[in-house]
Amino acid sequence: MKITQISVFLENKKGRLFEATKALGDAGVDIKALTIAENEDFGVLRMVVDKPQDALAAFKKNGFVASLTDIVAVEVDDTPGGLARILAVFNKNDLNVEYMYAFVEKTADKAIVVFRFDDPDKAIVILTKNNVKIVGKKEIQTL
Amino acid sequence: MKEKIAFRDAQKECIDGQALRKYQLERLKETVGHALRTPFYQHRLNKVGIRSSDDIRSLKDLERIPFTTKDDLRESYPRGLLATDMKKVVRVHTSSGTTGIPTVIYHTQEDLDNWTELVVRSIVACGVTSDDVFQNMMTYGMFTGGLGLHYGAERLGALVIPSGSGNTKRQLQLMKDFRTTVVHATPSYMFHFSSKIGELGFTVEELNLKKAFLGAEPYSENTRKKIEEFFKIDVYNSYGLSEMNGPGVAFECIYKTGMHLWEDAYILEMIDPETKKNLGDDTQGELVLTTLCRQATPLLRYRTRDLTTVVKGNCPCGRTHRRISRIAGRTDDMLIISGVNVFPSQIEQVIMKIPEVGNNYQIYLAKEGALDKLTVKVELYSKLFSGDLQDLERLKRKIQDELRASIVITPMVELHEPGSLPEFELKAKRVVDERIKI
Amino acid sequence: MIYNEKFECMSLEELKNVQSERLKKTVSYVYQYCPFYQKKFASHGISPKDIKTIDDIVKLPFTVKDDLRDNYPFGVLSMPLAQIAEIHVSSGTTGNPTVVGYSKEDIELWSEVMARAFCCAGGLPGDMVQVAYGYGLFTGGLGAHYGALKAGMTVIPCSSGQTKRQLKIMQDFKPRILACTPSYSLFMADEAKEIGMDCKKSSWEIGVFGAEPWSDSMRKEIESIWNLSATDIYGLSEIIGPGVAQECTHKDGLHLFSDVFYPEVINPKTGKEAKEGETGMLVLTHLTKTGMPLLRYQTRDIIKITHEKCRCGRTSPRISKILGRTDDMIIVRGINVFPSQIEEVLLRIEGTEPHYQLVVERPHGGLDELEVQVELKESFFSDEVKQLQHLSDKIRDEIESVLGIGVKVRLVEPKTIARSEGKAKRVIDKRNI
Repeated sequence: MKITQISVFLENKKGRLFEATKALGDAGVDIKALTIAENEDFGVLRMVVDKPQDALAAFKKNGFVASLTDIVAVEVDDTPGGLARILAVFNKNDLNVEYMYAFVEKTADKAIVVFRFDDPDKAIVILTKNNVKIVGKKEIQTL
Repeated sequence: MKEKIAFRDAQKECIDGQALRKYQLERLKETVGHALRTPFYQHRLNKVGIRSSDDIRSLKDLERIPFTTKDDLRESYPRGLLATDMKKVVRVHTSSGTTGIPTVIYHTQEDLDNWTELVVRSIVACGVTSDDVFQNMMTYGMFTGGLGLHYGAERLGALVIPSGSGNTKRQLQLMKDFRTTVVHATPSYMFHFSSKIGELGFTVEELNLKKAFLGAEPYSENTRKKIEEFFKIDVYNSYGLSEMNGPGVAFECIYKTGMHLWEDAYILEMIDPETKKNLGDDTQGELVLTTLCRQATPLLRYRTRDLTTVVKGNCPCGRTHRRISRIAGRTDDMLIISGVNVFPSQIEQVIMKIPEVGNNYQIYLAKEGALDKLTVKVELYSKLFSGDLQDLERLKRKIQDELRASIVITPMVELHEPGSLPEFELKAKRVVDERIKI
Repeated sequence: MIYNEKFECMSLEELKNVQSERLKKTVSYVYQYCPFYQKKFASHGISPKDIKTIDDIVKLPFTVKDDLRDNYPFGVLSMPLAQIAEIHVSSGTTGNPTVVGYSKEDIELWSEVMARAFCCAGGLPGDMVQVAYGYGLFTGGLGAHYGALKAGMTVIPCSSGQTKRQLKIMQDFKPRILACTPSYSLFMADEAKEIGMDCKKSSWEIGVFGAEPWSDSMRKEIESIWNLSATDIYGLSEIIGPGVAQECTHKDGLHLFSDVFYPEVINPKTGKEAKEGETGMLVLTHLTKTGMPLLRYQTRDIIKITHEKCRCGRTSPRISKILGRTDDMIIVRGINVFPSQIEEVLLRIEGTEPHYQLVVERPHGGLDELEVQVELKESFFSDEVKQLQHLSDKIRDEIESVLGIGVKVRLVEPKTIARSEGKAKRVIDKRNI
């Protein structure tokens, strides 16, 4: 139920973001969701894509440092308070979120939010118990 | 096995009580004479009817003289307490004051010689000889810990390695390669040292350490034992403050039963910090010192703000100078962080000048391994939040730099949301000290 | 004022006699007491008898920095450690630092040449000196301290850093002499302007600036900002620390105190003497040192020398500012940095051969900034910025602990550091010196 995220190291200099996304485009990889974390010197671009292995190969070929990480994607009611209800479950169960970001696309009228936990397997067990819908690999690809 | 008792000057160090008091009176008269040359003391002493050194007839007359405080030093900055012609001054030391204005101590060549002699006397009492290799891991410069011991060890004829503080690996390398026998450091640095030694690829056995002088910050008997056992050395406690020269005011001898305060150089008094009444020898009180051999900056009845007790009985070493116990605390809010004196007011002044943060702040002290870790927590002023992470990083660094410029040590800075720290008006607890006393 | 007129203004003939006598003494001294030189003399087939005048110095073998490293820590000392009074340490190219032992007489010699230097710069007994060089193992601070005391001046031992306090001390104590690195004086000026201080009204009349290379245009700038006379001082810890050579008020080259440090200038490739006025590497020989005298020590500093008498009356030869180095050492904020030191740290952390580059800049009115760019290796990459930040902080901390100065570490993408013929250019010096 975990999905794979690809992260790539980018220096904060002109054109690097373009070159990274172009490498993916050339390899026919579709970006489903993305976020950038940055400090003064560099950033990490994190993405959910349809073909993570192809993306990794494309980055390597173009000389980028990239890696794959397990994350959990969760369906969230796209209504006021929807995200808060999910986070309440985390709080109650002491689940620690390293970072999170949202998908651009939706399934029906639900939003999808990606979470990185320090222990994704434990998170999946707790989320399932609390009837939170987890989005799988296949669903991501067909979005 | 105990070491042999050694003296730099047995006659002076074992002087009998009557002769000491006679000598002290002579020196006190001279010191008052020097002090009367400064505008500050002229005014002070005249008010209590002391117009010349002849007005001092017995040691009892000392009690007529009002106390001198750190604030007095600050208010007479920079030259109000200078008692000689500036031409005779060869060195100046300043230390941090409570509010940015430093306190300043001038030295003539003779003052420096006297100071150096006290340091030599102190380290000889711990068994140091000219054959020793002395690695001085204290900061040099305006901080008196470094230069004070440097001159003393050099005059004794020991080999001096002026390594200064920090850079543990290099310290160890030098210690091993030069067969260092004696070190001078803060207790927390020595502790840190013990935790790093294995990690850096050294062993205690390959070192040749015999003794350590630890000072500049408080530590417990238990810590002494731990350090002694770890390094298989003798640790000696030392006491000094820059207003009284620096190191060499009081020092332990090989018996380690309290620090001999050199009473031919300082008159020792103990007072109740509240009532300011003189206390007898058997109660804990605030140490008050009068310099007896200083020309350039004589200080009369200086309140050290340090709490201590006079140790009862005679020392087996034969020295007659009374001993004080290790410092039990302070009578003001001064913090000692990594051996550096810091007043919360200094930190406050810096925070108040930075527009991006609010007025609420907290000083948080903890131990990171053996070392002190200072964290300053401030609230981000919401109107100036740009939303850019990099701006926040830069702000943190700016606060860090400004604080370092003021208090010498580099703190961690934490940004907090507005309203999350205890409020300023409520006389909040500004300092949270979670360091376990080592 | 000339501090030691007898030796500083000696006729060239007399000077040569003094040098000859002292060289003979030093050569037989090291031959008697220093195992390193005993071996060196033997392998070159030289004995003290071969040295009759100073001109015979060319018969002696050179001493190089690696000799000090290879014989670390005591091999080059000429007396037992127990008689050594003080030790100073500077960076070595790799591994072991360069160690210099001073006897009591050497400390006295150091005080003497530094007293000469302060007076040469225009100082007078009774002046107050603000010493803003670092104290400790670095020779700048204690050297200036000893010299000022020797010359009968008042010392303020500020050590380096804490700029606001430095400025406050200057305003309150009104020292006439400032001793620090030239770039620090400009840094202080920036800080001074920020707090609204009028630099032109500073009490400093004389600057004794050294420990790093600087240009004449920088001198003009410092002089005009602070309204003082900026003079250059030269030294290296292997010889004594600061106090090897110092500019006089005419600022026409640095007077090298050749009655105690004998200079030669050689072509670094051939080892042959360079002609008067030609650039070459400065080679120095101790004539009176006792703790660790060195013969024909290759400083690796490129200079020019002149033996013409100076208008100030001193007869000592004068050297130019440092025109370059024969190795890849750079000086950053007064501290010697060898790229090999950084390489060692990175190798220790990463476990494999690192790709890195040092970029040195001197922002206008600022202190030198050293940035270490390190190519990020895949095995160290993490999707979390804070992990990467930890890595870069760790590298920074280790480098700072080795060098003793603050650096900036920047992680860069692989293969972005230019490589020429397989070997990367390790240092990019953007300073305009």
